[in-house]
Amino acid sequence: MKRIYVNENRCLGCRLCEWECAFANSGLDEMFKLKGRFGTEFSPRIKVEGEEKAGINFAVNCRHCTDAVCVQSCIAGALSKTDEGMVVIDRDKCVGCFTCVLVCPFGAIMPSADGKAAQKCMLCTDNLSGSPSCVSHCPNGAIVYEER
Amino acid sequence: MEYVIIGNGTAAIACIEGIRSEDKTGSIALISSENRHCYGRPLISYKLLGKITADKMDYRPRGFYAENGVKTYLGHTVETINPSEKFVVLSGGEKIEYGKLLVATGSRPFVPPTEGLENVAYHTFMTYDDMEKLEKELSCEKSVLVIGAGLIGLKCVEGILHRVKSVTVVDMADRILPSILDKTGSEIISEELTKLGVKFILNDSVAKVEKDAATLKSGKRVPFDILVVAVGVRPNVELVKACGGEVNRGIVINAKCETSVKDIYAAGDCSEGYDMSAGGNRILAILPNAYFQGRCAGINMAGGVSSFVNAVPMNAIGFFGSHVLSAGSYEGEAIVEEKNGGNYRKLYVKDGKLSGYILINDFLRAGIYTSLIRNSTPLSEVDVELLKQKPQLLAFSEAVRAAKLARKV
Repeated sequence: MKRIYVNENRCLGCRLCEWECAFANSGLDEMFKLKGRFGTEFSPRIKVEGEEKAGINFAVNCRHCTDAVCVQSCIAGALSKTDEGMVVIDRDKCVGCFTCVLVCPFGAIMPSADGKAAQKCMLCTDNLSGSPSCVSHCPNGAIVYEER
Repeated sequence: MEYVIIGNGTAAIACIEGIRSEDKTGSIALISSENRHCYGRPLISYKLLGKITADKMDYRPRGFYAENGVKTYLGHTVETINPSEKFVVLSGGEKIEYGKLLVATGSRPFVPPTEGLENVAYHTFMTYDDMEKLEKELSCEKSVLVIGAGLIGLKCVEGILHRVKSVTVVDMADRILPSILDKTGSEIISEELTKLGVKFILNDSVAKVEKDAATLKSGKRVPFDILVVAVGVRPNVELVKACGGEVNRGIVINAKCETSVKDIYAAGDCSEGYDMSAGGNRILAILPNAYFQGRCAGINMAGGVSSFVNAVPMNAIGFFGSHVLSAGSYEGEAIVEEKNGGNYRKLYVKDGKLSGYILINDFLRAGIYTSLIRNSTPLSEVDVELLKQKPQLLAFSEAVRAAKLARKV
């Protein structure tokens, strides 16, 4: 299965991926409409870490782990793996206990903006982007979508 | 049957998934006293709260047993295990032979002997049936007394608070949620719940119960219409004990989830395995642990190799929008202790490793901390100052980050 991988030495920490992620999953028709609503109404499923002064930046989103500890720990059966290996969440089943946040070693699953359920990267299969929007909009190839 | 599973909770389902990761065809039978499709047991409070509907409580899709070739005996209880001839006997007398057996019998509510309790229709709060029975009695004219301010008692409170007249909680401990919170953390959550109308009576316990009131040790009288007993749980060990298996507080298992009896495994709340954060055997009656153990047992039962060696206590629990995430043991030095209104962060370090943490409301990416505990990562290998600020992968070396983010995991 294709997954998203990080090229740390190519990341400038511009956080465009965060904006593109929030936009791709927002249902809005233009990205500028996120203005003033980023993080409160629409929050990204990808997180850029790092310190500009140290020159280290990288983006983190779901690794779609082979033995996904979030899936194994979910109290509601809301997280599962597809046959291909993608970790998916059923928002209607999620009760927002955040046991997944407790166990994810990458910090790659988080509460949705309304705080009522968890959200995570589903490789843009749950929106209209067609392929991961963070990757297709990264100007520097700091994240790639491929088989490894 | 090649595989027989007693129980239908998390450990049992995980065992099926573990077996099927190794053996796609071997016959599996699952026997459970509860006549229900598997459901997420902790969801019963969310059902009362109205957060989910009954049809969303299935722990696995309805087709799960059929897809995995599992013959179910739902509503049947195993009476005995015969380990020498390798069969179990159901309450109706039916015998089922096994090649490998998993005991995932869970736990049951502990009801302390209390004067008068035998004459009172009290509730417990563990199963779907318990929840339905309690739900039938809820009304906005009724007062509820909950005995026990632990995880089960307070999740019950969350579920019913908006549906009754009043809720009083009594606990003999000096604080609420003593198993997961220190004093400061407890105060944050108890203040929150008190604001919403919950009455707490701590450092006290019920001495005597009558039909509509309890008398506490202190002499205080607490009237009630509904009584819920939630002081703790006891593991269901009897089947294994009766057939000669080693039982301490729970059914003793090794890292492969084997009991002391050949070809019998145990997992979940009924079992007692090694807790790496406490350094000894312990019952860790938490859902993720039940899954990890059940899966490990299933893989081993099917001839694969699995060992579960990094069990630690860990909990994520919410009350009316406040969230408590915690893991490990609260021993050693507190290297972070910050309270900011309803937010609280506390990190414990012992022997050069993160030993435990408590996060209230400020909990994003907590799993990074949990993994440091579960992996026994020496803090000399990470940037502790960065971790003290917040959980972040930046605290790891570039090589470790690359292994996490630039490779398939």
